[in-house]
Amino acid sequence: MTHARNAFVAPAPAGAASGPAEPVPPRPLAGIAASRRRALALFVACAVPSLVAAQTLAQSPAWAQSPALAPAQTAPLKVVASFSLLADMVAVVGGDAVAVHALVGPDADAHAFTPAPADASRLAQAGLIVVNGLGFEGWIDRLVRASGSKAPVLVASQGIAVRRIGKVVDPHAWQSLVAAQRYTENIRAALVAILGPTRPAQVGAINARAAAYTQALAALDASVRSRLAAVPPDERKLVTSHDAFGYMADAWDLDMRAAQGWSTAGEVSAADVARLIRQLKAQRVRALFVENISDPRLMERIAREAGATVGGTLYSDALSPPGTRADTYLKLMAHNAETLLAAMQPGR
Amino acid sequence: MLHAAMVQPFIEFGFMRRALVACLALGLSCGPVGTLLVLRRMSLAGDAMAHALLPGAAVAFLLVGLSLPAMSLGAFVAALAVAAAAGGVARFTAQREDASLAGFYLIALAAGVMLISLRGNSVDLMRVLFGSILAVDDAALLLVAGVASASLVVLALVWRPLLVECFDPGFLRAVGGHGALHHQLFLVLLVANLVAGFQALGTLMAVGLLMLPAIAARCWAHSVARLSAIACAIAAACGYGGLLLSYHFGLPSGPAIVLLAGAVYLVSLCVGTRDSLRARYLTPQRHRRA
Repeated sequence: MTHARNAFVAPAPAGAASGPAEPVPPRPLAGIAASRRRALALFVACAVPSLVAAQTLAQSPAWAQSPALAPAQTAPLKVVASFSLLADMVAVVGGDAVAVHALVGPDADAHAFTPAPADASRLAQAGLIVVNGLGFEGWIDRLVRASGSKAPVLVASQGIAVRRIGKVVDPHAWQSLVAAQRYTENIRAALVAILGPTRPAQVGAINARAAAYTQALAALDASVRSRLAAVPPDERKLVTSHDAFGYMADAWDLDMRAAQGWSTAGEVSAADVARLIRQLKAQRVRALFVENISDPRLMERIAREAGATVGGTLYSDALSPPGTRADTYLKLMAHNAETLLAAMQPGR
Repeated sequence: MLHAAMVQPFIEFGFMRRALVACLALGLSCGPVGTLLVLRRMSLAGDAMAHALLPGAAVAFLLVGLSLPAMSLGAFVAALAVAAAAGGVARFTAQREDASLAGFYLIALAAGVMLISLRGNSVDLMRVLFGSILAVDDAALLLVAGVASASLVVLALVWRPLLVECFDPGFLRAVGGHGALHHQLFLVLLVANLVAGFQALGTLMAVGLLMLPAIAARCWAHSVARLSAIACAIAAACGYGGLLLSYHFGLPSGPAIVLLAGAVYLVSLCVGTRDSLRARYLTPQRHRRA
């Protein structure tokens, strides 16, 4: 999906392939003017250290990794999750047995992520890597390979009912609370498989936390469904700024349309905007939603012109910063549900 | 039929009207400013200054959030600082102004990108920092119109000294004019126009609408007043035409407007009455006499 170019990877294979012993191809030196020889010497002087440095860098993940291979009994398992929502789930299930880091933090767009060298070193030291899969993190494979990490990679979405938009797989499965229960189970199984042999004492606690979390997810799902049942199907029309809520719409039987098939790819045309305004007017959609990680100005403009209101902010791919209203996955889903329900109340 | 294609979109949709007004206002002040840039051989300075806006806008966004006045002010201050630094270095050392401008704007650009990525695994901040012509709101519209009006007034006041400084700075000094002062004032105007343009349209659009009509006008006229008028007309026509193209063919609006201006430039280059390929090769007698 997104092709993140991690430039810092490039020197590693080059340095690994050619040792510092043969820094430049041999050239006939006889008959070269002194200035050219000086230039060549300068080049060699620069090339040798850089190749050595490159090779050192290429090897460094191997040293960095040793702590992960033999974890101390008390230190928590280092888990790297690809984005903030997954990190939250892992933290809830793992509790004090894990220390989680999210590569793409709160309020940031995983589509537009560019890895930094620190991310690679975190991956190299991780004991478990958790990704969403379904093509959401297009950059993760290269990053894991480049970091030299030997940690197992858990695809949290495995086993869910995959939804497609046309032929493309929709990766935003966490927007369904049913799928989230599957995520929880996958995370629990992976943590137990890794921690079980070395720290059997913590397995029971992990299982208990996972069961409680699953119950909380199911309870929220059930309460939203029962409140939605009161809203007639005609009123369940919503337009969002990003194609990220398909799983949620399927799960809760909403008529949810994306305003921007264009959202993450390139600039908008006047024709797109005009089409959306006509669509909103024709279908009498009354609420338009913006999400936390895209430009709100265009959506506000469109809503005002179509006589709709901006119904609020829906959180799609990222948690909000710690201490704010959607800083955990459960709070995020509850917030989204409240926002939707409020916008669909008749007589608004 | 013609009415439906060319007028109806603007009647039906408010966002089209706003975009058109923003383009017209911006074109009105960009015409003369662009013309002066070309005459002063600063055609690339506009581009450099547009990049120098970035860190200011980024800092303001990080501090205040998505606020048009704060981001405009930040961008304005950053670009002026770059201009002043480049001018100062040129004045007090043997460095050429274009070289120091290149140095400072690259520093500013890198600092801006650094700030944006430090802030956080980036919401697509580039899209937040630079507006879209289709999302012009009241504040952005007021900013563009205000800057355009102020630019025209200021240009009217200092038009003659600015022109004299373009062609004969020695004469201006001899008659007691303040060439350097006017130069600084002109840079302020340039930055103000770029700030208005980048908030409303994005950098590419702002510089494109500034430079392309002015360069194209060179192929049609020689007097500065006519150059400015033609540049204004081209900018306005390209804004209108580009929006219609974007509406009817589903093209992204900013690039459509700038590409249309580019097409006007290329056509002017081929068939214009002055300094064009046609004037050079198809009317040899007149050329020789001139």
